[in-house]
Formats: sequence, structure tokens, C-alpha cells
Amino acid sequence: MQQKGRFFAPEIVLQNVTVGYGDRTVLENITTVLPAGKISVILGGSGCGKSTLLRNILGLVSLKSGTIRLGDVDLYGMTDQEAMAMRRRLGVLFQDGALLGSMPLGQNVAMPLREHTALDEGMIEEVVRMKLKLVGLEPFVHYFPRQLSGGMRKRAGLARAMALDPAILLCDEPTSGLDPITSADLDQLILELKATFPMTIVVVTHDLDSLFTIADFVVVLDKGKMLFQGSLEALKINTDPFIVRFLGRMPTRESRVIAGGAGVGGRASLASPPETTLT
Amino acid sequence: MREVLGVFLDVVNGLVHCLWLSVTRKYHSKPYQRERTWDHLSWVGADSLPIVSIISGCTGIILALQAAMQLEKVGALSYVANLVGFSIVTELGPLLTALILAGRAGAAFTAEIATMKISEEVDALSVMGIDPIRFLVWPKFAAMLVMTPLLTLWADFVGIMAGGIFSATALGLSGKVYFEQTATFLQVSDVMSGLVKSAAFGMAITLISCTQGLLAREGAADVGRRTTMAVVQSIFVMILLDLFFTALNYILR
Repeated sequence: MQQKGRFFAPEIVLQNVTVGYGDRTVLENITTVLPAGKISVILGGSGCGKSTLLRNILGLVSLKSGTIRLGDVDLYGMTDQEAMAMRRRLGVLFQDGALLGSMPLGQNVAMPLREHTALDEGMIEEVVRMKLKLVGLEPFVHYFPRQLSGGMRKRAGLARAMALDPAILLCDEPTSGLDPITSADLDQLILELKATFPMTIVVVTHDLDSLFTIADFVVVLDKGKMLFQGSLEALKINTDPFIVRFLGRMPTRESRVIAGGAGVGGRASLASPPETTLT
Repeated sequence: MREVLGVFLDVVNGLVHCLWLSVTRKYHSKPYQRERTWDHLSWVGADSLPIVSIISGCTGIILALQAAMQLEKVGALSYVANLVGFSIVTELGPLLTALILAGRAGAAFTAEIATMKISEEVDALSVMGIDPIRFLVWPKFAAMLVMTPLLTLWADFVGIMAGGIFSATALGLSGKVYFEQTATFLQVSDVMSGLVKSAAFGMAITLISCTQGLLAREGAADVGRRTTMAVVQSIFVMILLDLFFTALNYILR
């Protein structure tokens, strides 16, 4: 099934996706196409539903209505076994890496290989070293996750996500909790991965530096609704008050002035995005 | 309640699926999974031996003392063997072993899975295409299913031996008489009923502990809460199962 259509870095199509728990609606009527082979950034404040959207793309949260397609494959129209098989083609970097604490780094990266391939141990070791080298952690192959820093754990999570050369790479807030330099390094790593491997990459974040460094396509969410979808350039000139406030990092009182049409008061120019720490 | 039932049924369904695949040999487990099962077998079984031995040994002596206090009055001291043997084999061996495992293994299972759930490790397994039930719960279930009856058998042996040695040394009862009395009085069906009971206890502890672990949502406090609930519920269900099996045994005797 994965061979059908273009599952080689496929586009991700969300149609009228609504998600909720009980009476509470977390995401409402989201319709967008995350382009194939590009980096799409899902942007929004804390609790806006962006992580839920990511979990939808992973098939971990059931939909109230709507469909999600990865290439030609309907994610929510398949059996559990098909879904399990499908997930082999997805690589995921969770917020804190989500490495198994009981295993050293090498074993963590080897897990998907041991589970889904018939490679012998020697070959698995070779691939693990290669993947860890990709993220600059080759010397730490025998370290346990608790012995690593936050940034290293995230990079290790990325190595594990890349273990099976995924068609889609999903990253949940990769730079949260990291210092600016480590964040910039991680952004750079994501860009390098995009340049090296044919993948559709989806990054959920509220980090503006990351946004301006890596995004090809942007989706902005607020309170479960989609406010914007399009290119970074289109985002910069968007006049939605929430987006203006979000990108300008303005305090609430001033943003009300902006929303009222004053457009002054020291807000950062939207034409010139905040400088990234990446040099 | 619906969520609890949903997760519980998921666990049962996943385990039945694993059992079916294992029995029909449709699934050949990978070496690293077999290694996990061996680790659990060793941790649940071998590592529990000292505490099980101490507790069942002490219980054997306590029973011998209690029995001696009553039976001495009627000059029937040799019946100490009957009382110790029967109580240990049919009731206290399985129950105490399961209580130790609920506190030792069950609590650890819950804490481990709950922590993994909170740190998204369980989700990570799912998205890697690794069934969390097969990876996390199945080795625990298999280990408990095998080790609870074996540990119970060991507890029975240690309890009876301790009771015998104590009776011989402190109560003045001949060791030969004690063990002859035990051998003639105890029946294989008594031992078997205890072992069936202990297998049921082992399964109940694993199901409850793993379900509680998978129900954890957020925060360290939830790990503690789930662990407490797992131990309390395990003990409660064990007593209910004990009542059921003892009543069944009484009816079928």
C-alpha cells in the first residue's frame, strides 16, 4: 500500500478535520495541504491544538470528523495492522525526545531497525552509528538518555526518527526548552536533513527564530481554528491581529492598540522578521 | 470509567492477540523481545526468592506456634503438621506470594509504564510501529503467569520445612512424624488448587498494574496515584478471587 501513489515524501492533506474530547472541541474544521518534500511549520500559542494536530497526523488521536491523507493513503480508513505498517514510514521527534530510559542511545536507535528489518546485528550497529553520526552523537552510543543534555536527547530522538529513512518527519516543538545556540543548531540540522533526504517535514513550534529559519509553508492555529496557511512571505504581511501580535511579540495592551488600527507604538516591523540566532 | 474499561479491554485484547500469535507460532519474537521476557522472568522470579522465602518461612513457624498452643491442650501435637501444611498450601502460600508480587512487581510495572506514558515513550513505541502491549505488557504477563505459581510452590516448600524444623527443635515433635503426617494428609489436589489460584492472582496483578500504568496522564503525582491504586486494586481483586476459588473448591470437593 505504501508503494501506491507517491509515498516518497508525500503531501499531507487534511480535510475538515475536527477533533475533540467529549464536549470540548480542540481543533475545528482544519483544511490544508502540507506540501510534499517541504518543511511545514504549524505555529500557534500554547494550548492552541497544534500538538493535537500532529498527533492526528500520527493517527494517535481519533477524529470527530474529516479525513487525513498521506499521499494517496487515507490515514483513518485503514485497519490497525495497516496503520502499524504505515507508521514505519513516519519518523517522529517528540518534545523531549521520548527515548526509552532503560536503554542506551544505540539500542534506542536500533529499536525500529530490529523491529522492522531483517538486518543482522553487525549491520544494525553500522546503521545506528551512521544515524548517530548524522546528528553528531556518534561518541555517545553507549550513554543512557539520562546522561545527556536536553539538546542531545532531542538530537538522539531525531536520529531514532531517521532510523528507517522515513517519508514523513514530524517534530513536536524541537527547540522548546533549549538555549538559542542549541536551538539554532537543531534548526540547522533539520534543514540539512531536508536537503539530504527526500522527506516531507512537519514542525510544530511557537519558536519564531525556528519559524523564520526553516519554514517553507506555515499554518497558524489559534484556539483550535486555522487563522492562516501559506508561505512565510504571505505570513509576514498578514494583518490578522493575533498573527501581528504573535510575530511582533507584543504585550497584550499594545496589541489591542494595533488591533484598533493604530499600527504604531514601537511594534516590530513585520516586513523584517526577528533576527535568528543562526549565523 | 469508560476510559478505564477501554484501556483494560485494549490490554486484554492485546494479550489475547499475543497469546494467539505465540501459540499458533505465527509470530516469531525477535531476540531483543525474548531478552526482555527473560529479564522479567529473572526479575519477577529469581529476585523475589529471598523475600518469598523469609516470609513463607516465618509464616510456617507462626502457624506451627499457633497450632501448637491449641493442640497441646488436647494432646494432639502431631496434628500441627496437618494444620501448617494445609493452611500454607491452600491459602497462605498463594496469597502471601501474590501479596509480595503485587507490592514488588505490580507496583514497579505501574510506575514504569506510567512514567513511560507521561514522557511519551509509549506513544513513541506506537509511532515506531511497535505494539506497546506486546513490547511492554506481554513480557510482564508471561513472567507473572510462569513465576507466580513457581514462587508459590517454593513458598509452600519453605513454609512446610520451616514449620517442621521449628516443630522438631522447639516443640519437641519428631521431624519424621511431622513430615510423614504432612505427606499422608496433603493431597495433590490441595497443591493444585493453590497453584491455580496463584496463576489467577498473577494474571490479575499484571492486568491491573499495566492498565493503571497506561491510564496515567500527566505529572509525577499521577504516577504515584496510579501505583497506589494498582496495589490496592490488586489486593482487593486477589481477595475476591480467593473467595471465589475457595468457594469453588468447597463445592467441588
